[in-house]
Amino acid sequence: MRGFIVHHAGPGVAVQDLGRPGFLAMGLTNGGAADLRAVHEGAALLQQDPKLAVLEMVGTGGTFEATEDMRIALTGGTMTADIDARAITWNASHAVPKGARLTIGPTRSGTYGYLNVGGGFATEVSLGARATHLSCGLGALVGTGETLPVDLDKGHDVGMTLTPDGRFTGGAVRVVPSMQTEDFDSAIRDRFEQTEFRRDPRANRQGIRMDSDGEGFSNPKALSIVSEVIVPGDIQITGDGTPFVLMAECQPTGGYPRIGTVLPCDLPRVAQAPAGTSLRFSFVTLQDGAAIQARANADLAKLPSAVTPLVRDPSTMPDLLSYQLVDGAISATHAHWDEGD
Amino acid sequence: MQTAPFVPIIRSVGLNGLLVTFGARATDAANRAAIAFRAEVDAMGWSEVAESSSTLVSAFFRVDLAEHDFDALKDRLAEVLATRDWSTTALPSHRTLWTIPAVFGGERAPQLAEAAEAAGLSVADAQAALTSTRLRVLTLGFAPGQPYLGTLGEAWDIPRQVGLSPNIPAGALVAAVRQICLFTKDTPTGWRHVGQSAFACFRPQSDTPFPLAPGDEVQFTAITAEELARIEAHNADGAGGALRESLE
Repeated sequence: MRGFIVHHAGPGVAVQDLGRPGFLAMGLTNGGAADLRAVHEGAALLQQDPKLAVLEMVGTGGTFEATEDMRIALTGGTMTADIDARAITWNASHAVPKGARLTIGPTRSGTYGYLNVGGGFATEVSLGARATHLSCGLGALVGTGETLPVDLDKGHDVGMTLTPDGRFTGGAVRVVPSMQTEDFDSAIRDRFEQTEFRRDPRANRQGIRMDSDGEGFSNPKALSIVSEVIVPGDIQITGDGTPFVLMAECQPTGGYPRIGTVLPCDLPRVAQAPAGTSLRFSFVTLQDGAAIQARANADLAKLPSAVTPLVRDPSTMPDLLSYQLVDGAISATHAHWDEGD
Repeated sequence: MQTAPFVPIIRSVGLNGLLVTFGARATDAANRAAIAFRAEVDAMGWSEVAESSSTLVSAFFRVDLAEHDFDALKDRLAEVLATRDWSTTALPSHRTLWTIPAVFGGERAPQLAEAAEAAGLSVADAQAALTSTRLRVLTLGFAPGQPYLGTLGEAWDIPRQVGLSPNIPAGALVAAVRQICLFTKDTPTGWRHVGQSAFACFRPQSDTPFPLAPGDEVQFTAITAEELARIEAHNADGAGGALRESLE
């Protein structure tokens, strides 16, 4: 079977894709990758369809042996990575020869790392998608000893890179008003915008708790509501006033009021913020939010043309970011570093 | 219970869609309106609507509001809203009546007596109410395919218990706030465990992964623990001995 033999897998490794739309009425939410931008980046690096399934990894990855020649791309939160003990660059595509071992180690920045593979992972399709949805019992975490099947790869280019954006260190997150925003007094909304939050370690694919100093954000007007639709990015305020940003694997409905909804294009920033990182929320109008999101969608569609050749020598260039600052000068004089991929 | 007329409201939900709400409280009329209105808009086949759903009191239309203008869609939904009184509109056709066998009380459903007491009923009257009331699937949620069934009589407006029961099994009938929930999977809950069925609400390997749909009707019928055990012994398909007939 064409695939990757899993010699070791970390505790939070699972197959994901863009999710499983169409079943909201039946109580099954979309799910899918926590950082959808990383899936699009991986597809762009491999010049393939972003609907193909990837491996999402939290904390650490694992050791994977290719049963045939493979292409991979590593995106999302940075992790250490090597092929047969030769370090490889994150945010780039690489060849993994038959029999070679790809080792993906601990997280260095962000929270969710992604292993994208040429052809996509070919695990069983359930209800139209391969996305693992643990809380709904669809799929399972990847375990040591299994072989992850990979579909035939129609592409052949490797050694491409994308400059990562700055979504791995928290920061500013834009929010549109939602169903219950008006139920929160303006003083509470103002304080919510002025507060510096920290991502709590209590976080998973369903939701992320936001810590802050000072009083909470509950509001008597918003306490008693009928259970209502949840969408990813909703910021619910629980009974004790704590905000939770609801993520890809959120439940379809919930009874806590929502103070607002994170723009889809800013949700990867929330997903990737490491525990303890600071995040701030600011409201934009629905109209402005729609315009921002439309531009972000257009940017995602242009990712395939934003990839550039990776010029690299991992043994002497361990830091991709500093390397890229002098990209032109080095590639002009050391073109041979392109070889060997 | 009669309340002042509620004027339906249309709100955006993030950039993910539009929500049309028919009540501030979970009433039977608001739920009927949400189901009927959703069916009407679905039948119109608007290209902007990627999918729809209904909750206890609202119809939700998933629309990419980055690509489609909220105000224009809100106006179109308001036009449909104005065509009739949705709380008295007939529920859509192609619904199913399910008859689901369940054990009430005893070791398999140990909180029937407690729930009966909270409702001010004898255990026999409580079981009679649960097996004589034709319930409707108000909405599916919390877990895939999991129905919230209503509406029980006013006596059943019992609160959730203060503490959580750590693990009520799949197939359980649990009661609170005039509703019965039929669990898809083992679930911690504050609702009281009044019955136990072998009905699987989510069958991912089946041609019909979600047997129930909003608007379907459910009639529970009492069986013994021995009968339930016999059903469970041959229940690979998850049917749980339930019968289905078409409601036309």
